[in-house]
Amino acid sequence: MGQNGAGKTTLVKHFNGLLKPTKGRVLIDGIDTRNVSVATLSRKVGFVFQNPDHQLFSETVEDEIFFALKNFGFDERVISERVDWALNLLDLTQYRKTSPFMLSGGERKRVALASVLAWDPKILILDEPTIGQDNYQKERLRQFIIQMNQQGKTVIIVTHDIEFVVECEPRVVLMANGKIIADGEAKKILTDPELINRSSLVLPEITQVFLRLNDFGFPSNVINIYEAKRLILERLSGGVSK
Amino acid sequence: MAIIETRNLTYIYPFTEKPAFESVNLSIGRGEFVLLTGPSGCGKTTLCRCLNGLIPHFYGGKLEGEIIVAGLKPSEHPIYKMAQHVGMVFQNPENQLFALTVEKDVAFGLENLGLPRDEIRRRVNWALKVTGIYDLKDKAPFELSGGQQQRVAIASVLAMQPEIIVLDEPTSFLDPLSAKNILETVHQLSRDLKITVILIEHRLDLAARYANRVIVMKDGHIVLDDEPRRAFLDEKIRLIGIGIPKVVKLYFLLREDSVDIGGVPLSPEEASKLIEGVLISDRG
Repeated sequence: MGQNGAGKTTLVKHFNGLLKPTKGRVLIDGIDTRNVSVATLSRKVGFVFQNPDHQLFSETVEDEIFFALKNFGFDERVISERVDWALNLLDLTQYRKTSPFMLSGGERKRVALASVLAWDPKILILDEPTIGQDNYQKERLRQFIIQMNQQGKTVIIVTHDIEFVVECEPRVVLMANGKIIADGEAKKILTDPELINRSSLVLPEITQVFLRLNDFGFPSNVINIYEAKRLILERLSGGVSK
Repeated sequence: MAIIETRNLTYIYPFTEKPAFESVNLSIGRGEFVLLTGPSGCGKTTLCRCLNGLIPHFYGGKLEGEIIVAGLKPSEHPIYKMAQHVGMVFQNPENQLFALTVEKDVAFGLENLGLPRDEIRRRVNWALKVTGIYDLKDKAPFELSGGQQQRVAIASVLAMQPEIIVLDEPTSFLDPLSAKNILETVHQLSRDLKITVILIEHRLDLAARYANRVIVMKDGHIVLDDEPRRAFLDEKIRLIGIGIPKVVKLYFLLREDSVDIGGVPLSPEEASKLIEGVLISDRG
């Protein structure tokens, strides 16, 4: 996370070799990205761009997903299974034969996601995955990300959607002016007003509420809404007077 | 008097059969700040494309019913005429930036109106400053990050000082602080200059506090149209799965346990005041 122009997208473009470092090195699974092609790396590292129009080009949604699978040399049967799986996962089955360019911004974003998820990369980079997604799709995305993560995949998300991050509670890396300025658990990083300000973010809503209630002795690092409810109810059942 | 008025407005895109939206009846008054939301593909962007005549002039298709915007029927006036009344910030800023420098992009619309040079310079500088991109004025829009581009798109629309501004997820690429600043700027302009704002947004946590009206669309129909606090209390909004702000969710969570904080908060400031009230009265 971090302000516009902080270098987030530029940094993650190094992870699949789209950019090679001017100095230093990037190791992906022990492989130096300077020694291999993007094509080789992308089997391991799936990258979903911020703007879906930068990656969509096929005539139909189905072809879009088919393309990478064919290029990686999967056999016909596997390809057809994977296409169906990805369409279903991203709620796109009804658009199978539709041109991606006929779809809404949020739907195109899901087509881009589907086309990358289909080849099951070990590392997944999602640049602003929640843009244009409604609440229902965001919740599906969140559950999916958590599931992928539990299956041992590495997931890197670039996002400004602080409330989405609050619900995922991941490790958070903050960037500002091309440098990493903080790295730690969400609850710690996202409730630090100074860090948040430096990286042009806004404190989570629940944190803002609790910082304002500081006089009542509430903790100042609350991000989770259920924890918020519990703390308030405890106080109301007489915690203070006792 | 309404600045936007539709009666039984229905639209079908070319080569499709199902209407993108159907029988929309809408009346929006001058100076209103309307938050338009709904699941992706519900027709909200399509509806806004009718306001400046992109539908039907650019997209073709079949438009039925009536629509009057700033006293004009968009289908009877060219887009450049409508654009003087309705400024549109697209979802994807790349779709509207084209000049070699940011400054030229922001000036383009004004030059086309044939305004005097000094006036153009004044308005361009003002728009660049309120959107916080004055320092980028000599850069090429294509060198900029997504969020910076979005601000250029907003600046070029603000510079035109239209009566109506339509913003289609204007903050999607912006970092939260810039998003907050932009929405505050738009809100202030709306109040000071009586500009009518239609804001399409999924993230109600950012936008709810500025709106005086929330319109929810689903499957091409308007299903809810109310003042924000009442809209959030409406069961429909939860059934459709609209992402209500966290502070509103907290209100509901507490209410489940019979704690009524006394109103629906639209911002953390409001929420903390309401909760403070309950805590103090509980202490007795």
